[in-house]
Amino acid sequence: MPLNWDLIWSSFGPIVTGAVTGTIPLTLASFVIGLALALLVALMRLSRNVAVSGVARFYVSVIRGTPLLVQLFVIFYGLPSLGVKLDPWPSAIIAFSLNVGGYAAEVIRAAILSVPKGQWEAGHTIGMSRSQSLRRIILPQAARVSVPPLSNTFISLVKDTSLASLILVTELFRNAQQIAAFSQEFMVLYLEAALVYWVICLALSSGQSVLERRLDRYVAH
Amino acid sequence: MSPTDETRGPAPSGAASQGRPVLSVRNLAKAFGSNVVLRDIDLDVRRGNVVALIGPSGSGKTTVLRSLNGLETPDAGTVTFAGTRTSGGPGPDLALDFSAKVSKKEISDLRDRSAMVFQHYNLFPHMTVLQNVIEGPVQVQKRKRAEAVADAEKLLARVGLADKRDAYPFELSGGQQQRVGIVRALALKPQLLLFDEPTSALDPELVGDVLGVIQELADEGWTMVIVTHELAFARQVADEVIFMDGGLVVERGPAAEVLRAPRQERTRQFVRRLLHEF
Repeated sequence: MPLNWDLIWSSFGPIVTGAVTGTIPLTLASFVIGLALALLVALMRLSRNVAVSGVARFYVSVIRGTPLLVQLFVIFYGLPSLGVKLDPWPSAIIAFSLNVGGYAAEVIRAAILSVPKGQWEAGHTIGMSRSQSLRRIILPQAARVSVPPLSNTFISLVKDTSLASLILVTELFRNAQQIAAFSQEFMVLYLEAALVYWVICLALSSGQSVLERRLDRYVAH
Repeated sequence: MSPTDETRGPAPSGAASQGRPVLSVRNLAKAFGSNVVLRDIDLDVRRGNVVALIGPSGSGKTTVLRSLNGLETPDAGTVTFAGTRTSGGPGPDLALDFSAKVSKKEISDLRDRSAMVFQHYNLFPHMTVLQNVIEGPVQVQKRKRAEAVADAEKLLARVGLADKRDAYPFELSGGQQQRVGIVRALALKPQLLLFDEPTSALDPELVGDVLGVIQELADEGWTMVIVTHELAFARQVADEVIFMDGGLVVERGPAAEVLRAPRQERTRQFVRRLLHEF
């Protein structure tokens, strides 16, 4: 099979543009919003109030128990029948944020629980309230524990955003699909798309190592 | 909420044992389910005095200590601290009645009166030694940072750790960590220092350093309640020794009496067994 080098070179442009204007901003926005949501849900799950923790438990169960693609479709194609019409981008950000919120909530909850009880007590003995202890003593230690699993969530999210192509968001994979359909060079285009995802994830993995080393500066090795 | 009250910190020399107690505990009781851990505990601690709580594991002595710092909530009984924390001398007492519902505010006021030194140090691993010490004064007591740092440096120098100011806890030995734990408590200028088996987690050769620091604090006039298994140390440092067993106070009195010539058979057995270990 002769390789169409012209096509390979010329298609990189739109694919990388799709990554820069679609995949990456979609990932970042969803991750930041999702993480804030996850912290809230994790704290709700740790609440002694049964109703509050029950709501959080239900949310996590629904998010983890249904496919991300179905969540996307419910929001983009389903909600209009209830009179809620959302554009592709807001739909995608909402769906991915909710998804990250569910998974990361469990990570953060486990990380908070992994901090020894004595740390709460030390916070209390110097006069801190529960929320002050949480903010200044517990969360900084929980953050260190949760970097590896949250990095996994982040890297998964980069790849999951390719699903947004199915609700018409112009991102990396949708651009590859369109060129492939036009040129009929499916193998080449999809491998190109795979390569760009891989490079992004490689960069994120090395970022993870740097962050872990930074956060590990205060623990024995 | 600056800790400028004259009843905080060490007693001025000559003032020890004067007047009414800094801390009065009456009829403290607690059960975990059907397991009764405290029955009718009474305790008075006068300013500048040191009270040692001794007894076998599970006797309830640590629960008493933790109740004083609001880390456990008793089912019944009262805890009263004399004086007030606002500047300008003595004021109304802080009195908590655990038979009724105790508010968050009351627990927070209770914690303001005392500071705990833990068996396992419980230093904040993500903060340097200095940050550990100034965290309470700056974040909770809202004192000026520069002032808190100056105080912290003085205290660290006193326990021989001036050069460890910027170290993280994991870089320190157990004995050094515990001395930082003590400085962290001192920096709050509490009315009462609480020690929960402060040397139990230490290697034997490091115990002396920590006991030495506690002895100095006693000499300086700090009011303290110490849960300990170090009977020789208790005899040396404590004004009063309280022997607990099964959630009850079995015997109490001057250190020399309780530890040298116990009146109760249970105390005799306990003291004999512990002294045998040495």
